[in-house]
Parts: sequence; structure tokens; C-alpha cells
Amino acid sequence: MAEEKERPRTIEAVGTAPFEMALGPTWTRFFEGIKEEKIFGTRCKKCGRVLVPARPFCPRCFEPMEEWVEVAQEGTIVTWSYIDYTYFGLEDDMIPVVPATIKLDGTDTSWWGVIGGFDIKDFDLVAKKVKVGGRVKAVWRKEKRGCVQDIEYWKVIE
Amino acid sequence: MGRAVGIIGTGQTKHGRRDDVSYPDLVREAVNAAFEDAGITPEDIDGVVFGSMPSMMEGMAYNHFYFADAMRAVGKPILRAETCGSTGQSIAHTGVHWVSSGMADIVLVVGSEKQHEGDAQATMMTILEPFLQLSAGGAPVAFSMQSREWMGYYHIAEEKAREAAAIISVDCHNAGANNPLAHIRKRFTKEEVMNAPIITYPVRLLDVCPSSDGACAVIFASEEKAKKICETPAWVKGMGFRGEEYFIGDSSKAVWQSAIEASREAYKQAGITNPRKELDVAEIYNPFSYQELMFLECLGLCPLGKAADYVIDGVFSPGGELSCDPSGGVLCTNPIGATGLIRLAEAAMQVTGKAGSRQIEGAKLALSHAMGGAEQFNGVTIVGSEL
Repeated sequence: MAEEKERPRTIEAVGTAPFEMALGPTWTRFFEGIKEEKIFGTRCKKCGRVLVPARPFCPRCFEPMEEWVEVAQEGTIVTWSYIDYTYFGLEDDMIPVVPATIKLDGTDTSWWGVIGGFDIKDFDLVAKKVKVGGRVKAVWRKEKRGCVQDIEYWKVIE
Repeated sequence: MGRAVGIIGTGQTKHGRRDDVSYPDLVREAVNAAFEDAGITPEDIDGVVFGSMPSMMEGMAYNHFYFADAMRAVGKPILRAETCGSTGQSIAHTGVHWVSSGMADIVLVVGSEKQHEGDAQATMMTILEPFLQLSAGGAPVAFSMQSREWMGYYHIAEEKAREAAAIISVDCHNAGANNPLAHIRKRFTKEEVMNAPIITYPVRLLDVCPSSDGACAVIFASEEKAKKICETPAWVKGMGFRGEEYFIGDSSKAVWQSAIEASREAYKQAGITNPRKELDVAEIYNPFSYQELMFLECLGLCPLGKAADYVIDGVFSPGGELSCDPSGGVLCTNPIGATGLIRLAEAAMQVTGKAGSRQIEGAKLALSHAMGGAEQFNGVTIVGSEL
């Protein structure tokens, strides 16, 4: 006990800071599309790539991306993982989670999503159904908030 | 390239949970060790460079104000640079540029982290905007998904990748047990690593680095000063740093161009054409064992898609063709802002014969590396015993 008393002490504190992120015209329009169950990308007039979410400008060519393209709601799994621990922001009842990146048909990028629609508590079943190169489609929530979570999950196409 | 630059001193703290000291005390521990190693005093320093993770990790927005005094920065110019995991390489490059340009002769570079003072996971979740890309699960998920992308891209059998990753973990933990400054100093068997619980598939518990407190300091000097002050400087032979797009899906993370291009640039400057044969040591940034497999490929140390075979054949294990992470690597010690600089300090110690229990006999040329951002940045610095 004496040793514990001699140990230099710490002071505990908590800090919070709210913020309000401006979406700008491009992402405002993108999320309006999401509310209507539409996924929009934009095409670069120089390199021709279609990127999702829609972008105001091409990160490589640095040209404005002004051509709007409604892209497919089906795509191919580029990679996936299985989260079975509670990280900050994930409560016990929110795990496991199966995150994935999905290359939507007709696009030149992959986008983050969550795979679901079956018993994902069973890892062996997940490993059997979820494959790199496997196909998935978007499943929408009934109530839309105009955010990426409006896509409830990506359903594996058998 | 500007003037030649040499490393004349390095210093590290004991890494681990360091709530026995305040943050300034921790920084000063590394800074004093570097001054002692270089045999100079704070008066000899022309400028100070510092970097860490977002300093919210410790509850304040600019932690380098808080320990400017511990870097003995009074009356000197001070710069801050940060690129997440690759911060250690970014600040080293900043220091080298400063000396190389002729604007300074001797520069002190310090990286640090005190992960136990704050909520490291919460801070990590503030690194990206949370609206356009879902990023649940933080760094472990991002880098596990990168590993799975690599396995899928090259059709690497799961069991083979798992075994190769386990060999890296075993080698690093053995090396960490041999490094008195390492945070984790415990050995594991290959079976223990392969059968550890899944954290973020395919990554298992013993494939993951710890959260550490620690600091590292490196002193860079011009050729003239280095030769005057130091009997055995570690000369900076080559540096490369490359960035990628913010959106993770915009470029392949399996064939990681920023790592490929950063290392190519460094090899070109150093005149290295066959890195596996010419390098004696590689200190690779490996917070996750699977990631080291990708780095062995992208840093040009083995053919693309073949790292698992090379690792299983023992090419990068002790006694193999190229010694990787004799310090125990990031898998055993990860005070993030210091981690990339520790890679360079360890490389410098190796080529100057100062690495003690972890010395690779006769090492003359060593690579150090770090990656950072949301799979966005890679930095490489090569040091050698000859100018």
C-alpha cells in the first residue's frame, strides 16, 4: 500500500467538442439521391473514371467532375473483415460486424459498407458466404435520413 | 539533393505504460538520451522538429506547446509535422531537409505518444470525417481489410497467409524479448499465434501491436558538423515519401503504390538496385503481422504476391537473407508518433554498431519505413555507415 501511495498520481478529465461539417453542393446532392434510394457518382471528363460517393473534382486529374451518373446498386466485394471486439463507437450488442469494400458495377472505386441479412454471429457461415469477388446488392432502410446508413446492409447474392 | 546529412545521436525511452512520469518528463528522457549519445549539449541545436498522433490523445490540441521546454526549444525555431502512423518518417524527412538545405547545421527531431493518457480509440475515430466513408472499428479494421484485399488479389490461401503472419509475429516477439526498451517482451509459439482469437478477420490477437507510451529523439547534422562531432555517423543515403487519395477505395491497397514508389525513390537516391541482397537490416512498420507481408513485397524485398512463400522459407527470419525488425518492430512497441522514428533510430544504431543485444553483425546499410493516414502514406529512409 505504501508503494501505491508513492506512485505519482494522474488527474481525470473529459472533453467534448460538437461540430457541423458543411457538405457543399456535391455531397448535398449525393445525399439527396440516397434519400431517394439512388446512388450517384460523378465522371471525370479527362480520365473517364466514375467515383462514388460523387466528387466535386478528380483527385488525380484535378479537373471538376460535373457529369452525374446514377450507378448500379449491385457490385463485387473487394475485401471484407469480421469485427468481433468492441472498438470505440461499437457497443457489445453491435458486434460482430462484417465490413466490406464494394466495387459497384460501372464505377472505378470501391466503397465501404456492411454485409448482413443473415446470421453473422456464426463466423464459419460468414466465411462461407462472404468472398472476395462475391456479389452483393444494397438493402435500404424504410426511414431515410440522407446518410450512408440509409443503406442498412449489403445482401449477398447467392 | 542538397548537403549530405548524418545522424549523430539517437535516444529512446523505455516504452510501455509510462504513467510514472509526466509527458514532458517522458520526452526529456528520450531527448537527454540523444544528447548523451551524440555528446553535444542543447546549445548546439539550431532547430527542433516534433510530431505525434492527434494530440487530443492526451486531451489537449497542441501537446508540443506543453513539452517545448522538454525539447529544449527555448530561443530556437520549432516545427511540427504529422501524418498519422508515418509521422516518424515525416519528421525525420523534415529534419533532413532543414539540414540538407543549409538553413541549419544540427537539428533535433522528436516523436512521442502517451496513448495511456487519453482514449486512443476515440481519438482515432476522429481522424476521418465519419459521413462519406464508414470506418467502424478503427485502424485494426482498415488494415485487416487491406490484408484480406491482398490475399484475395493474389489468391493466397488463407492457411498460408496465416502461417506466414504467425512466423513474423513469433520472430518479432522473440526480438522484442531481446530489446530492453520494448513494450512487449514475451515470446509466443507459432501455434499460439495461429490459434489466438480473431480480432478483425483475418487478424488475430497476437498479430496486433500494443498501445504504448514512449518517445524517440534523433539528432541530424551536416557533413562538416557530423564528421567533427561524431566518430561513426549514420549517413542518410536515400529518402522517399508518397501519398494517395483520401478515399480508400480509389486505389489498390493490395499493390500499394505509395509504398512501392516511396521505396523506389529511396533506393534510387541510395544507388540500391537489389535491396534484399544489398540491405543488411530492414526496420519495417508492422503494427499488424499481415501488413509486413505486403510491405516485403511493396518495398521490393521479394516479388509481388510471394511474401508468404519467402517468409515461410525463412528468408526474413533471424539467420535468413535479410534481418527484419531485430528491435521487435511495431508488433512489440507502438508509441505511434515515435514509432516511425524508432524504425530510423534502430536502423542508425545498426549501421553504427550501437544496437547492443540486437546488433546484426557487420550491418552497413539499413532501411527504415513507416506507413500512415487511412492507408494513405508511406515513407522510407535508408541509412548507411559510409557517406
